[in-house]
Amino acid sequence: MDLQKLIKGKTELTGKLSKSSPVVISSRIRLARNLSNIPFPGWAKSKQKREVLSKCREVVEGFQPFKGGLFVKMEDLTELEKLILVERHLISKELTQSAEAGAMAVDSRQARVIMINEEDHLRIQVLKSGFNFNRIWKTIDELDSAFEKNLDYSFSPELGYLTACPTNLGTGMRASVMMHLSALVLSNQMEKVIRAVGQLGIAVRGIYGEGSDATGSIFQISNQQTLGESEKEILKRLSNVLKTVIEHEYNAREKLFETERNMIQDKIGRAYGVLKHGYLLNSGEAMNLLSLLRLSVDIGMLETDWRDIIDRLFIENQPAHIQVMAERELEPSERDAKRAEHLRRSLIELPEPDFNKLTF
Amino acid sequence: MAKPIECNSCNLPATVHLTQIVNGQIKKIDLCENCAKEKGVTDPEGFSLAELLSTAGSSNSETKKGNSPAGQGLVCESCGFSQHNLNKLGRMGCPDCYKTFGSILKPMLTTMHVGTGHCGKFPEFASDRMDMQKKLSQLEKQIAKAIEEERYEDAALCRDQIRQLAEPVTEA
Repeated sequence: MDLQKLIKGKTELTGKLSKSSPVVISSRIRLARNLSNIPFPGWAKSKQKREVLSKCREVVEGFQPFKGGLFVKMEDLTELEKLILVERHLISKELTQSAEAGAMAVDSRQARVIMINEEDHLRIQVLKSGFNFNRIWKTIDELDSAFEKNLDYSFSPELGYLTACPTNLGTGMRASVMMHLSALVLSNQMEKVIRAVGQLGIAVRGIYGEGSDATGSIFQISNQQTLGESEKEILKRLSNVLKTVIEHEYNAREKLFETERNMIQDKIGRAYGVLKHGYLLNSGEAMNLLSLLRLSVDIGMLETDWRDIIDRLFIENQPAHIQVMAERELEPSERDAKRAEHLRRSLIELPEPDFNKLTF
Repeated sequence: MAKPIECNSCNLPATVHLTQIVNGQIKKIDLCENCAKEKGVTDPEGFSLAELLSTAGSSNSETKKGNSPAGQGLVCESCGFSQHNLNKLGRMGCPDCYKTFGSILKPMLTTMHVGTGHCGKFPEFASDRMDMQKKLSQLEKQIAKAIEEERYEDAALCRDQIRQLAEPVTEA
């Protein structure tokens, strides 16, 4: 696989194709689909999974947007290559473990991603930077309908799209946003938020999905229920909740500067210093420092162009990306040195955050 | 000092305490960190489902007469997936499993989702194909009947209709 092409290419989430936005880093929708009369990947025989792979491959590769992209089978990838795909949020860890007939297709923008033989035969995903469900739905609906012309989907009029796990029944749709909620974390309000939205059927997870912590104050927020509402209704309900969360984050930011100005200035100043002058940084620390810089951009203390760079660094900061940059396998301590070097270089022209420019 | 709560699975001190409301009853479980990981409690979605499934299974056998005296319970005819597999994995084996395990699943869908009926997108072509399947199987039955009754002309007519119907499908 041409990793350099994948990493250096102009893509949706690395700030080269579209502008970043405050608070919401990116949005995504995924649809779970299965072919009729074939067991789901977790129960199918090897031969059946290969049949699914070849059927889906033909249809996906025949679809125009995927022609300039990449199609890879998991069995052909090294561990490092798989990790790169996970770190770029293109595929799940579960797919990397599906050595038998697991595959991924991605278009050149890295905005449309197909996983084959993950939990379901097909997982169709579309992602965009910023808060953007309407456009994503339009793109993914078209993609799904185009695939459906040539693939016999398993569908029941009562239960909708039939999926391996009953939690995905109905629309098979999971919509999520990646949110940067730094002020809610700093003011210890996240637990309250998670509980409140949980009661509305909305799930909050850390950056790497289930069970992960809140490194970099980045959270994935998504709908939990998929049956009993239309796609549009689900998206509307989720959007309303997300708007409230965004509002809370803005309020928390204002409050923080009102009541604990010295604390927050100190944190931002230190983040600036360590990122520009540190020589050993582990990925968790680097994420948390970058998170403070992103906050500085959002509140006017740095030019907005820097946010695109910070969002790209969130991705490049991770272990597999650091090793590909070094062009060899690195021990964790060597990685920390390489990471600090990459951050110093990338931020060499970063000006000091200007506290006089503070705007909410 | 009070004795620390022990893990329900081994005897180490429990650090993970989970409370869930299942079928209107509060269910508590205390686990040590290792057992919690092993049982997937850190994966909230997967865990609650497995829990729901096993509870549904046991309440079934308590309240109603069980489907089979012991062991596997229901088994999907299409793929061989058993009720035991379902309880263990929390996932289905194949699309037909939804028919096989429909009665077990129905009450769980109300807890899991907003409603129990699909309100979203309908796949245009799959619906057409389903209609087609119905027509084809009807025609096949008509042929069999016609042959049985020695109405060979009618059988030939039906066969021609099947050919006409089947053509665009195989092309696609």
